[in-house]
Amino acid sequence: MKHLVKGFVAATALAALTATTAIAEEPVRGGTLVTVLGTNVRNLNSAVQSGIVTGYPGAQLFASPLRYDEDWTPQPYLAESWEVSDDGLTVTLNLVKNAKFHDGVPLTSEDVAFSVDVIKENHPFKSMFAPVVSVDTPDAHTAVINLSQPHPALLLAMSGQLMSIIPKHIYGDGEIADVKAHPRNNVDTVGSGPFKLVEYKSGEHVILERFDDFFIEGRPYLDRIVMRIIADPAARAIAYENGEVHMGAFEQLPRIINRLKKVDSLTVTSEGYGAIGPLDWLAMNTGKDGPLKDVRVRKAIAYAVDKNFIQNALMLGTAADSRTGIHPDSPFYNGDVEDYAVDLDKANALLDEAGYPMDGDSRFALTIDFGWPDVKPQVEYVKASLKKVGIDVTVRASADFPTWAKRMGEMDFDLSWDTVFNWGDPVIGVHRTYVSSNIGKGVWSNTQGYANARVDELLEMAAVETDVAKRTALYKEFQEIIADELPVYHTNTLPYHTVYSDKVGNPPLGIWGTSTPIDMTYLKE
Amino acid sequence: MNILRNFLTRCVYALILLTAVLVLNFSLMHLAPGDVADTISQSMGGADQEILDQIRADYGLDQPFIVQLGRYIGNVLQFDLGYSFFYNMPVTELILQRLPATLILVITAQLLALTIGVVMGVISAQKPNGLMSHFVTFLALFGYSAPVFWTGILLLIGFSLHFQWFPVAGMRDVTIEGGFWVHFVDLIRHLTLPMITLASVFFALYSRLARASMMEVLGSDYVRTAKAKGLSVREVVYKHALKNALSPVITLAGLQFSAVISGAVLVEAVFSWPGLGTLAFQSIIARDTPTILGILFFSALVVIVGNLLTDLALRLVDPRVGGKK
Repeated sequence: MKHLVKGFVAATALAALTATTAIAEEPVRGGTLVTVLGTNVRNLNSAVQSGIVTGYPGAQLFASPLRYDEDWTPQPYLAESWEVSDDGLTVTLNLVKNAKFHDGVPLTSEDVAFSVDVIKENHPFKSMFAPVVSVDTPDAHTAVINLSQPHPALLLAMSGQLMSIIPKHIYGDGEIADVKAHPRNNVDTVGSGPFKLVEYKSGEHVILERFDDFFIEGRPYLDRIVMRIIADPAARAIAYENGEVHMGAFEQLPRIINRLKKVDSLTVTSEGYGAIGPLDWLAMNTGKDGPLKDVRVRKAIAYAVDKNFIQNALMLGTAADSRTGIHPDSPFYNGDVEDYAVDLDKANALLDEAGYPMDGDSRFALTIDFGWPDVKPQVEYVKASLKKVGIDVTVRASADFPTWAKRMGEMDFDLSWDTVFNWGDPVIGVHRTYVSSNIGKGVWSNTQGYANARVDELLEMAAVETDVAKRTALYKEFQEIIADELPVYHTNTLPYHTVYSDKVGNPPLGIWGTSTPIDMTYLKE
Repeated sequence: MNILRNFLTRCVYALILLTAVLVLNFSLMHLAPGDVADTISQSMGGADQEILDQIRADYGLDQPFIVQLGRYIGNVLQFDLGYSFFYNMPVTELILQRLPATLILVITAQLLALTIGVVMGVISAQKPNGLMSHFVTFLALFGYSAPVFWTGILLLIGFSLHFQWFPVAGMRDVTIEGGFWVHFVDLIRHLTLPMITLASVFFALYSRLARASMMEVLGSDYVRTAKAKGLSVREVVYKHALKNALSPVITLAGLQFSAVISGAVLVEAVFSWPGLGTLAFQSIIARDTPTILGILFFSALVVIVGNLLTDLALRLVDPRVGGKK
C-alpha cells in the first residue's frame, strides 16, 4: 500500500530515482545470453497464450503499451504517455512514433485495436478486458480505449505479457478466433519488441536476436538470447553451476534453491514475482455438505496445521509467509490479519463447539487431494497434523494434472493443496477464487463454493474504484473477511527463484520478472 | 514361396494388431478423467470456463466417444495421425521432427553396447570363474539394476560438473559457429553421456547373453573336435564358436532395436535430449491425446516391422529357422 500511494504521488520522481540506480554501472553492448526454460513452449504469441513459459519469449518478441518498475509504478513503453479520463471510462494511449515491427512495418493504433480484439477473444483471462467496449483510433498514434465501467486493473493489464501488441497485417488475415492456432505463432513470429525470432525448435530451444530498429534507441544491449529447454531440475542446476547457462527463472525446488545459493558465482533471489504472485494454499470445500461448511471446523484445521513447519521444514525456508489471497509483494496486501499460529487446544475446542466430539481418537473423516507430486509432503503433513485433533484424513492421489483439475472443477473434494497465481491486478487472478458468481467454473475458479455477500460487494466495488487509497481499503476489508472465514487456508508463497551468474548485469527483477522485455540486461566482460 | 506366404500372413496379423492398438489406446486415454483443455489452461495459469469450452469445441472433445474414435480411425486410414492440440502442429510432423535425435541416440548406444557386450561376454565365457568374468557379471548387474535416470545424473555430476568435459543437456550448442566438423564434434560431446547411460542397460543384456551362449557353444562336440584337431584357442573361439553363439544375440538386438522409444524415454528426459522419448513424456503429462496415440501407433509400427525384419534376417542367416513343417 505505501508503495502505491507514494508511487502515484511522486511517480516521476521515483522513476527518475530507479533509472539512476539502474545505470549506476555502465552496461556493455553485445554478447549471447544463455537462459533456460523448464518446460516446452506451446505458443510464442503471448496475445493468445498466457503463462510463465510463454511470458519470457513473448515479452521479448512483442511490446506492450506499458511496463512497470520495481515499485509497481507504470512506465511508458509503447505508449509514451497515457491519460485516464475523470469518469474513468476512457483511457487514451499516445503511442511512440518510431515503433516498427520486425518486418519493418510501422506499428499504429490499428494494431493496438486489433490486439485488444484478439486478446478479448482468445486470452484465458476474460476479466482483463471485460469492460472494454471498443478501441477508437483517431490517428495512427492515438488509441482510445472505451470502457463500460471504470477499470483500474487495466493499467497492470497493459503491461508485462498481458497485452502484447501483435501486427494486424500478419494475424488479421483470418477469423479473430483462429489467431490462437495461427501458423505464424511459432514460425517467423513478428512483433515490435527488443528481440526478433531466429529459430524456435519445439523441445529444444528458442533463439532470439537483437532487433536493430527497436523503438528505444541504444537498446537492447544483448546481441542474442538463447532460451534452452531443460525440463529436469537437477540437470538445470548442474548447468547453472558449470556456467553453461547464465540465467533462469521459476526454480521452485527448495533443495535445489538452497544448493545453488551456496555456489559463489551465482545469485539466487525470490525478487521479481510480485505481479505473477504465486501462492500455495490449502483449499477447503465449503460448498459440500459436511463439517467443512462450518467456519469453526475450517479455523480448527488452520490452527492444527503448523504453517511454520511447512515454510521452514518442508520448504527449507525458501517460501515466504502469506496470509491472504493477495501476494505479499503486492501493494494491496494486508498482512495484518489472524495468522493462525499452531494451537491444538484451540483447534480441539473449536471442533467440540462445532458439534464434532471426540469419539475414541477420532471425530470425522475427510479426504485431501493434490495435483502434482511436488506438494505431496505438504499433503502428508496436513494428514498427520489433523490426526492430532481427531480428523482422519485420506490422501487421494491423482494420476496426473488433468485428473486432479477435473475433480477440482467439479468440486469433488474436501481438502486440496492448490497453487494459484495473482496475475497482476487482483481483478485478474484474485477475484476468481472468492466471488460467488464464479463457483465451480473449472479448475482455479471458486472451487471452494465460497459465497459471502459482503465479499462479492467489496470485490465488485474494488474492480471499479479508481481512487487508489479507497481501492486499497476495499481490498483490506476483503482480506480480513477471507482470513476470518477461511475458504482457503493461506500458508506460503510458492518459492519461485531466479538464478543468475555474476556475468549477468541488470537481470529482470521487476514485478513481472522475466515476463518483461530484458532490453536493459547485459553481459559483463 | 513358403517365405512369401508366411510373410503375407504375418502382414495381415500386423494390420489387425495395429487396429487393436489404435482402438485400445484411444479407449484407455478416453477413460482417464480430464483432458488437454485442462493442461492448456494449466500452461496459461488458469482460464475462464468459456475459454475451456471453446477449446473443447475446437478440438471436438465435446463429441461422444464413438464419434471421436471413428474420426480418429478414419484419419489414420488416410495416413493422418491428427493434429496436436498442445503443440499446434500436425502429429506426423512432430514425430518426424523428433525422430532423428532418437535414432542417433538409440543406434549409437545399441552399437556401443553390442560391441562391448559381445567382446566382454566372449572373453568372460572362456574362463567362467575368472576375475574378468566376475567383473563383467558385476558390471552387467550394476548396469541393469541401476535406474537409468540415476546413472545419468551420476555421470552428469561427475563429468559435467566436476570435470566439465561434457555439456549438461540438449543435443547441440547453439552458440558455437563453424563448419561441419565443429558441429560434428559438438554433437559427439553432447551425445557421449546419454549414449553411455543408455548403453549401460543394453550392455548388461548383451554381455550376459553372449557369455551364456558362448559357454554353451564352447561345451559342444564340434568345438571339442576342433580343439582335438589342434586348432589354436583363438581360432576355435573366434572362427567356429562365435558364429554360432551370435545368433541369439542377433535376435535380441533386433527385438531391442525395435523398442526404440521405450528404452530412451528416461535417458532423454534426464539429458533433455530432444527426441521422441521426451516428446512422449511431455505429451503424456500434457494429456495431448493425438500425440500420445501417434507415438504409440508409430512405436507399434516400428516393433511390428522390426520383428518381421528380424525374423526374415534369421531365416536367411540360419536355414533351420522356419523350415518345412
